[in-house]
Amino acid sequence: MRTTLVLIFLLLPVLALAQDWEDRRVFGNPEAETQLRIISSTDTSLFAPVIERYLGDNTDLSVEYLVTGTSDIYTIFRENPEAFDVVISSAMDLQIKIANDGFARPLSNVSHPEWAQWRSSLFAFTSEPAAIVINRAAFAGQAIPGTRQELIEALRARPEMFRGRVGTYDVRQSGLGYLFATQDARASETYWRLMEVMGALDVRLYCCSGDMIDDLSDGTIAVAYNVLGSYATARVDSRETLQIILPSDFPTTMMRTAMVSRAAPHPERADAFVRHLIALQSSADGGVLPLPPIDAQVNDPDGATIVLEPALMTFLDALTRKKFLAEWEDAVIQK
Amino acid sequence: MGHSPSVSGSLRNRLVLSLIGGAAILAVLLFFVVRNYAAQVAQQGQDNILRASVTSILDAAAIREGEVEVDIPYAAFSMLGTASDDRIFHAIYQDARFLSGYPYLPMAAGRGRESTFATVSHQGEAVRVVTASRVLIADGKRTNVRVALAQTQDALSGQLEQISKNAALLGAGFFVLAILLSFWATSATIGQLKRLTDAVTRRGPQDLSPFQKPVPSEMLPLVTSLNSLMGRLDQSLGQSEDFIAEAAHRVRTPLATVRSYAEATLQRLDKEENRQDMRSMMRAIDESSRAAVQLLDHAMITFRSDHLERQDIDLAQLVDELVVRLTPIAEMKDLTLHYESDGPVPYSGDPILIQNAVRNLLDNALKYAPIEGTVTIAVSATPQVVINVCDSGKGFPDGELETLTSRFKRGANAEGTIGSGLGLTIAMDVASAHGGVLKLSNQPEGGACAQLLF
Ligand SMILES: Nc1ncnc2c1ncn2[C@@H]1O[C@H](COP(=O)(O)OP(=O)(O)OP(=O)(O)O)[C@@H](O)[C@H]1O
Ligand SMILES: [Mg+2]
Repeated sequence: MRTTLVLIFLLLPVLALAQDWEDRRVFGNPEAETQLRIISSTDTSLFAPVIERYLGDNTDLSVEYLVTGTSDIYTIFRENPEAFDVVISSAMDLQIKIANDGFARPLSNVSHPEWAQWRSSLFAFTSEPAAIVINRAAFAGQAIPGTRQELIEALRARPEMFRGRVGTYDVRQSGLGYLFATQDARASETYWRLMEVMGALDVRLYCCSGDMIDDLSDGTIAVAYNVLGSYATARVDSRETLQIILPSDFPTTMMRTAMVSRAAPHPERADAFVRHLIALQSSADGGVLPLPPIDAQVNDPDGATIVLEPALMTFLDALTRKKFLAEWEDAVIQK
Repeated sequence: MGHSPSVSGSLRNRLVLSLIGGAAILAVLLFFVVRNYAAQVAQQGQDNILRASVTSILDAAAIREGEVEVDIPYAAFSMLGTASDDRIFHAIYQDARFLSGYPYLPMAAGRGRESTFATVSHQGEAVRVVTASRVLIADGKRTNVRVALAQTQDALSGQLEQISKNAALLGAGFFVLAILLSFWATSATIGQLKRLTDAVTRRGPQDLSPFQKPVPSEMLPLVTSLNSLMGRLDQSLGQSEDFIAEAAHRVRTPLATVRSYAEATLQRLDKEENRQDMRSMMRAIDESSRAAVQLLDHAMITFRSDHLERQDIDLAQLVDELVVRLTPIAEMKDLTLHYESDGPVPYSGDPILIQNAVRNLLDNALKYAPIEGTVTIAVSATPQVVINVCDSGKGFPDGELETLTSRFKRGANAEGTIGSGLGLTIAMDVASAHGGVLKLSNQPEGGACAQLLF
């Protein structure tokens, strides 16, 4: 009895970490003494080049790359900040909150634009607009919508075509989806009308951009709203079938951010890795990182890029979130 | 002579030190006052933003279907953005029930709509927290919604650091300026003292007249006492001069009488030893009357020097008259008086004094030069007004040149000659009363030289 208790007690942290990861991969020499643990929402395929480049210079190291959804990252990491070295996520609001609550470790003297970092602990390294992605086949012979308004009109024009064939994030599950939704709602009322129209068409709700692109590629759905354009671009195989549209009214743009855990087991290594990441995105050979670097939108005339500021935490407040989700459900889930 | 009074501290140092000390205290005070004030203003700035933010959150609170609903405006948090990316925390309560935000955020005490502020510690950091509440009424029930909003103070402390730096610079600048000013003020003040000192130092040795120049009121007591001291000094000096003159005069006449009696008695004495005694007695009488004459002269000279009245005279003529007057005495001693002058030597001085001085020099030459010698008297105007009296005697005794002008000082060679030791003193006093000097020297070929240089 006692031994089992002790055993459970000993295994508790391990059990807690026995997580269902979307993906888990170990890079570099698995025998290496130090293993850097990165928890991330970025698909392994997109991030692998960055890690491989880093390991090329640090052969004594291995990297464990763990992929999960943005909301999960937030909960998992906050529960066990000492289990991870680096946190990478596209949900800027959740990342800001983690940093605000003191879980991030500030790095000194990182040369990075002021607007692309927060408290010297959260660093943006990509700039990725939310896009409307369509399956070309569904729009054969039809005008391609260029704005949200045009999308609304296109959906209304052929409801039989789109019923059950439109998709967007389930903002209750996806942190990034929630970020896009709240920022869209802030920017314009059009967002709510679009949601009502999509809701009326029995919108399919997704956890992640990857799944939406999969369903778009095989024709399960015809239109997806607020998909990460960068993911679609990265899919070489589906270039023919898909078209990525950046809404010209306001292309809500997210910046992927990275931070070092305050309780990181290998703080110096984690520090070096984040510096490497920042250096890589700003370096000329951007080819390594298959995601658009922040420099691409240094001048952001539309102000469409979500500002990395504590105001992002507004919609994370339980009451505010509750109210927003209620409105969203009203619009999207129509019974 | 060289007795210098003991020094106790320096007025200048004391003044400078107290001024600098005062300035230092003021500078430090200035630093703290400026910094405190600026800190208050900066804190007020943060408080104002916090108040505006918390008010906008409260305004967004409503009751729907019996439940409190708060839709925090994006601007509420957005306005809290700072250059230092300060962290923010909030907590929303309905009555005593926690609704959302950070449950452990400390609240500032206080009731009502009025916002209250406090600096507390949250998550190990000092935060400024504002608390405000609002009463909502629905279905006749009152509900109190209370919101606390906190922000770290990184930007504020950055600002404070900058302000402190500036305040320190201000204080230091003030201090440096004050030091410069204190040096200036001190030297200006000490300057008054120095001016008075200079005025005292510049005075001739006989000048005991009161100070007339205006002085600062603080120095008036000093100058007044100085003046009264000098007045008393002048008076007592004058009294003693008068007394000496009077005494000399009173002694001289009876001495002359005694001498004539002694001479008469000598005629009548036959015994050689008695005659000898009588001669010694006459000699003593001679010494005494010479001393009386010289003392009288000296007193007269001191008096006239004090109130020197200059008039235009021809020194050549003045000396010539003297030489003429003394020629018979010289001839009695088989001495030749050789007078040289190249024309008139105009000079502005007191003729009686100068006459007296030259007569004493001639008197010495006649007294100490050997019989059949020559006394050369020369007066010239170029390059300087000078009266030379040189003889062909043995000269001034060696090693005594410096001291012979002292009062009652007689040389080693003076034995056997009648004299009082005041002759050279008189000559020197006359020279210095006219702003000149008496120079004594021995000629290389022998013979003493006395020069009155004006
Ligand atoms: N022409 C001179 N040659 C040598 N010695 C001299 C000569 N003139 C002065 N002295 C020396 O200087 C001394 C001081 O001279 P000073 O005239 O002051 O006094 P004094 O001649 O002795 O007395 P008196 O007051 O009667 O003149 C003299 O005693 C003498 O020793
Ligand atoms: Mg003499």
